[in-house]
Amino acid sequence: MLSDSPTDQSIGIVTSQTVNIKQPLKLACGLVLETHNLVYETYGELNSLKSNGILLCHALSGDHHAAGFYAGDSKPGWWDHYVGPGKPIDTDKFFVVSLNNIGSCFGSTGPTSINPDTGKLWGADFPSLRARDWVESQKMLMEHLGIDCWAAVIGGSLGGMQAMRWSLEHPDKLLNAVVIASSMKLTAQNIAFNEIARRAIKSDPDFCDGHYLEQNKAPLRGLALARMIGHVTYLSDELMGQKFGRQLRIGDLIDKSNDPIEFQIESYLNYQGDKFSDSFDANSYILITKMLDYFDLSREYNNDPVAAFAHAQCDFLVMAFSSDWRFAPQRSREITDALMSAGKSVSYIEIESDKGHDAFLLPNDRYEQALGSYLSRVADGLNAPLGDGQ
Amino acid sequence: MNQDFDIIHDWITPSTRVLDLGCGDGALLLSLQQKHNILGYGLEVDPQAINQCIARGVNVIEQDLNKGLTNFADGSFDTVVMTQALQAMRLPHLVLDEMLRIGRECIITFPNFGYWRTRAYLNFRGRMPVTKQLAYQWYDTPNIHFFTYADFETLCVERNINILHRQCIAEHFPDTKLKSLWPNLFTQTAVYHLSR
Repeated sequence: MLSDSPTDQSIGIVTSQTVNIKQPLKLACGLVLETHNLVYETYGELNSLKSNGILLCHALSGDHHAAGFYAGDSKPGWWDHYVGPGKPIDTDKFFVVSLNNIGSCFGSTGPTSINPDTGKLWGADFPSLRARDWVESQKMLMEHLGIDCWAAVIGGSLGGMQAMRWSLEHPDKLLNAVVIASSMKLTAQNIAFNEIARRAIKSDPDFCDGHYLEQNKAPLRGLALARMIGHVTYLSDELMGQKFGRQLRIGDLIDKSNDPIEFQIESYLNYQGDKFSDSFDANSYILITKMLDYFDLSREYNNDPVAAFAHAQCDFLVMAFSSDWRFAPQRSREITDALMSAGKSVSYIEIESDKGHDAFLLPNDRYEQALGSYLSRVADGLNAPLGDGQ
Repeated sequence: MNQDFDIIHDWITPSTRVLDLGCGDGALLLSLQQKHNILGYGLEVDPQAINQCIARGVNVIEQDLNKGLTNFADGSFDTVVMTQALQAMRLPHLVLDEMLRIGRECIITFPNFGYWRTRAYLNFRGRMPVTKQLAYQWYDTPNIHFFTYADFETLCVERNINILHRQCIAEHFPDTKLKSLWPNLFTQTAVYHLSR
């Protein structure tokens, strides 16, 4: 999806690692994962003070491969435009950690793993998750890597929710939270789109009540449909109009003929849906969309976001994109207003973009500049001992 | 010339909350942070200026003052500051009301259009003044409300605004000597400390 210009520096060839976390992970639902696997990548070097760690939190369909290339692969990681030497998340200055979270399907423990209690695949029985479960699991990875405090926790969309949750659950474990195109809780409309996606998956006859893998099946059509719905909501009307308009890929509406007709947008969406359903697990999609729906930053703080953020100790950078209607700028404004009322250091930028929610993954000069300026200040403060922060 | 900054410094209580409306590159907030350890936030819309704030560690919020300040609660700041921007607001008197609602105190600085050089420019050249402080042509200026020291004094009386302090700034002799006698004629920049 990203098109890198030739001047861009890349981190180059990267490899992923897997760690088996032996510490029990008590989930918000009450169940315990005695051990779990996390797949992760790191970019850059950890400094001697171990103070330059940055945690990247992925969103709904993300994975651990944020930057660089796998040997023999021409497609870079999902945030390669922003992560690398000399880039806004500068790997010459920071030790960047990117993991695949539990419940997802790229190697970390999730619905496609074996349930040790039954010896069978978890499938739909994988415990329901909350963003805080991801944060707790990420903290275990942090301890495994010997990092005591993150210089920054950064994420877009669901990733931003994790960054905010980090600031409340472990306030002394991060100096900065960068919250991009996110929200303190989903709106009814947002939950509605997620439910349509889940219904699409469950309606596929190959879903088999979530135990399709045991039967060597996969609800590919349902998952593709779910993704097509999601994809439309991640783009803006304006961008779709510009990119596809009413262009036809097949056929012709002028000739009097009965030949098939296909719009470019139909072909594009079908392609995106099919590509996604080949690489993502349907149970993970259901699990993580529910996690998004359940997220409510201030539920346990009397539904008062100011009271919630009063617990935070880090500084915040909040960013939103003008044409994002799934996580609208107003949601980021609410985060910013609550942070100001709570007396926290925060900057807020609303970036002009026609790329909808997806903008947080795509090249944008102002976005790059703001993120780069913010993090370069963070880097300048790193040589001070932890605690005095920047 | 940062005389207005020095004056503002004297009126800000250390370790308080300061909101700077139209904070530009964040220079004022930065100096207040460094000298008075304030918790400051600046509102700004210019992308370049916003980025400068971020780069120097000044909290900046992208928000258009002309679209209202309803997201800020009554009395949520100790001081609300606006330097050299009131003349660019669509409805300055309402902005002033909002500032006095949000802050316990306000500090305003503005270019005095009654300054003798400005008057002379209009009088003798017969054209709208283009000065160092008001360096725009009439058609491209962001400064859409020109007012004088005397106009502002009248506005404060009309709207029951309490003037805690006022300071007049002039750069050159003899203006510097005469500004206290005839402030409306010899003040280049007026600095006001206000409350309700």
